[in-house]
Amino acid sequence: MAIRTLFTRKTLTSILRNDPNPIVAGIAASTQSRDLHVFTLPDLAYDYGALEPVISGEIMQLHHQKHHQTYVTNYNKALEQLHDAVGKADSSTTVKLQNAIKFNGGGHINHSIFWKNLAPVREGGGEPPRDSLGWAIDTHFGSLEALIQKINAEGAALQGSGWVWLGLDKELKRLVVETTANQDPLVTKGPSLVPLLGIDVWEHAYYLQYKNVRPDYLKNIWKVINWKYASEVYEKESS
Amino acid sequence: MKLLSLSTPDSTTCYLSSSAFLPSHSNGFQNLASTFKFSNNQARCIRKAGATKVTAKFELKPPPYPLNALEPIMSQETFEYHWGKHHRAYVDNLNKQIEGTDLDGKSLEETIVIAYNNGDILPAFNNAAQVWNHDFFWESMKPGGGGKPSGELLKLIERDFGSFEKFVDQFKLAASTQFGSGWAWLAYKENRLDVGNAVNPLATDEDKKLVILKSPNAVNPLVWSHHHPLLTIDVLEHAYYLDYQNRRPDYISVFMNKLVSWEAVSSRLEQAKAVIAEREREEERKRREEEEKSTTSEATPTPEIFADSDTD
Ligand SMILES: [Fe+2]
Ligand SMILES: [Fe+2]
Repeated sequence: MAIRTLFTRKTLTSILRNDPNPIVAGIAASTQSRDLHVFTLPDLAYDYGALEPVISGEIMQLHHQKHHQTYVTNYNKALEQLHDAVGKADSSTTVKLQNAIKFNGGGHINHSIFWKNLAPVREGGGEPPRDSLGWAIDTHFGSLEALIQKINAEGAALQGSGWVWLGLDKELKRLVVETTANQDPLVTKGPSLVPLLGIDVWEHAYYLQYKNVRPDYLKNIWKVINWKYASEVYEKESS
Repeated sequence: MKLLSLSTPDSTTCYLSSSAFLPSHSNGFQNLASTFKFSNNQARCIRKAGATKVTAKFELKPPPYPLNALEPIMSQETFEYHWGKHHRAYVDNLNKQIEGTDLDGKSLEETIVIAYNNGDILPAFNNAAQVWNHDFFWESMKPGGGGKPSGELLKLIERDFGSFEKFVDQFKLAASTQFGSGWAWLAYKENRLDVGNAVNPLATDEDKKLVILKSPNAVNPLVWSHHHPLLTIDVLEHAYYLDYQNRRPDYISVFMNKLVSWEAVSSRLEQAKAVIAEREREEERKRREEEEKSTTSEATPTPEIFADSDTD
């Protein structure tokens, strides 16, 4: 029941409530639709200009306020339409909405992680992981340098727009580097994959500053990578 | 043969590879017939490398107008990067990729179809298709473009979309809902069956229609059978980010209102129709030949049998 996740617990309970009167139930459901969870743009833990000179304040502001906001807006819109379609048992619309949900919902998920993956230098951005994640990186990739090289190479080679990830495969208990197209979240590459670090390689992420030179953006971004966040996720997910 | 009026003359060291191209192999090749003709300013240039070795290289073709000609709608800076860096990188990387491979010496259109490999994409595909797409895109625009098409093209647009305004809305929608990187296209589509030896009934003009399509990344209509591309818009972010940032819908609107070269689109339609007509005539001729052959081969044995029995 994938639809379940789309409702807040409160909404779900009221919809699943066994109402003997179908008309009343119908009214209840449509009133309850206002309770549909509305996603909002998360705040950044730092100022737009705090990642300069690696990422300009202008890029950060557009990226957060415009791009991420648009994914959030369109995700909410699609969820509302989905809610209506499911309510009307309109299967063709329900299925048709999946693309918009995957794209906009994926955009929201990915960017929410991305902001946490970054930190200003004075707040620890770029400081290499020295804990269990650091060990795991050495074990799986040889060294942090080797991992960075691998991510940069895969990110640069990605055609069109997408993301390059460092993920944890919870089942195989190993670290993986993966790329996803467009706004596909990492989980589309395998249900047991958890994102530790995602780098946005859409042109909007670097174009105003790096123009066509994506490799330079990738080379520089490591100076503001928040390994502390990746380590926390790793600790939590691998225990 | 009427050429696209916007094409720039090729340098004298170049020859037109397309004239040597004969569509034959796969279904995908059939519709190339149209495209290589109107893009026959896509030249292969032979350069002598050293005294003995001759290598074929694709060259970066300039847009058919100066880089500042579409200001302020599409800035010179955008062109300097989009044409001067991105398009150039596709050309350079393609040349590197194909050097010494089976693809070396093939036309650009052939390279695209071969490297598409029926969807199981080979490495050269992205660069080859992006080179072609960008050439096609530059030629889809002109200074003082936009407005409304006329003549046959307008008639077909009204027939297939209801009205020009409805067409514009649909085209804009396709371009703005291409999730991620890619292209939106107007193409002239033949209604033909590609399965095995399907008999395609004699097609009438009503069987062919204009369609709006979108494609991800580098994919273009050359890889789909019987689609003749007429117009395209690049919706990779690099196409509009310096001028419009995240406002893709604004870029698409201004492209339709002020940049589209309807002359180029009309001319491509004319070329597509000519190519289709030529192929249909050829098919009709073959069909008649086959018919004649089968009627003769059905007719001849009969007297032979009589002749045989006579001699017995
Ligand atoms: Fe992004
Ligand atoms: Fe482009």
